[in-house]
Amino acid sequence: MREKIIYGLGVIAAVLLARNLYSIFMQLPDEASQGMIYRIIFFHVPAAITAMLCSAVACVESAMFLITRNFKHDAIALSTTEVGLAFLAANLVTGSIWGRIIWGIWWTWDARLTSALICWVLYAGYLMLRRAIEEPAERARISAVFNIFAFTDVPIVFFSIKWWRTQHPQPVFWGGGSIDPDMFRTAALNLLALCLLATVLVLIRLRQEEVQREIDTMRRYAHAI
Amino acid sequence: MEFIRQMLVITGKDLRAELRTKEAINASLAFALVILLLFSFAFDPSEETTREISGGLLWIVFAFAGTLVLNRSFAREVPNDCLDGLVAAPISAAALFMGKALANFALVLAVELVSLPVFGIFYNVQWTRQFWALLLVLALGTWGLTVIGMIFSALTVNIRLRELMLPLLVYPVMIPALMGAMRLSTDLVAGKPLSSENDVWLRLLVAFDAVFSALSLVLVDTVLVG
Repeated sequence: MREKIIYGLGVIAAVLLARNLYSIFMQLPDEASQGMIYRIIFFHVPAAITAMLCSAVACVESAMFLITRNFKHDAIALSTTEVGLAFLAANLVTGSIWGRIIWGIWWTWDARLTSALICWVLYAGYLMLRRAIEEPAERARISAVFNIFAFTDVPIVFFSIKWWRTQHPQPVFWGGGSIDPDMFRTAALNLLALCLLATVLVLIRLRQEEVQREIDTMRRYAHAI
Repeated sequence: MEFIRQMLVITGKDLRAELRTKEAINASLAFALVILLLFSFAFDPSEETTREISGGLLWIVFAFAGTLVLNRSFAREVPNDCLDGLVAAPISAAALFMGKALANFALVLAVELVSLPVFGIFYNVQWTRQFWALLLVLALGTWGLTVIGMIFSALTVNIRLRELMLPLLVYPVMIPALMGAMRLSTDLVAGKPLSSENDVWLRLLVAFDAVFSALSLVLVDTVLVG
């Protein structure tokens, strides 16, 4: 049953992505001032939102693990953090490419960019921390605490464009920006597609974690014998 | 009241242990001096350049040297199972944490107050013009560094690569506080007073300290007791 859900969601995500790509490249016109390159926003912003959702889920699941001590929550926190890190990387890379074309530079030390990069480093640190701990219960407990600490950077990333004067553009989708309804629809649909993709990846990763835990249990059992 | 008394007992114990061996504070001071020396090769140590980057320079020294002290604070309790004894003692984990944080705060601040005149002499900087404001920034920044450093040093005390993991985890979390402290210190060392121009960084620093002190106190039971 679970496999079927994963495949089903995967197929929906793939079809939706294909549809969005067609609409992004074939149907929507070039933007008036930016031309061709503006299309990257259809991936840049949804990837950021997906990564943010992943980190929020990871933070909640980490807290849930500390409360219930159920390893399922630890596995979910790990999977969502990994997937979120990948989407944040996609966000940083697409942003960098856009910056190269529009600003003429790959990177600038602006509050939004810097805080997003710190966020990436923090969650990468979370994954490294997990590798440094052998004992599963210790690993789950320690990394859950760190995950909650790491999440404090996410609101900073989110609000950085409000708190500081940044080179990063102000939001165009929500909060005062004006955008063509067709473009908005495509962006929203692509957000849905990326969220579905993230869900599929998380589910696959979760399965791997469960199998891994089963193998560990069996190995310990074999040692005991 | 009981909480404060217990906290101070732990603080006293930690300070006494450190002042008898002086292992962390000596290493930290020597390290601070070496970094200060290294910086003189990294850029032209003339007066103008130094004044422009003094805050950043100082806080990099403080953060690096401070981590050495913080690393030892829980690692010292591992031999002879002292940490188990402390956790089993009839005091709350929060009192234990705050006591240790206070002791380490004093130690790190002491290292900073020794490094500052050395910095002033080597780089020809008149750093005392805004002394009290600078002391306030030092205290706020150091408290942030200590709280983050202590909670992560408690977290990582039993894992391998402890010495490596601590800085890796502490510095990224520290960045907002470091950024604020660096900006403010640069201004204050240059003789500019605290004003509406730079008090946004002071507010950032206070908010950082408050948020992470609260978060640490909430999570310290989980960290220490398990």
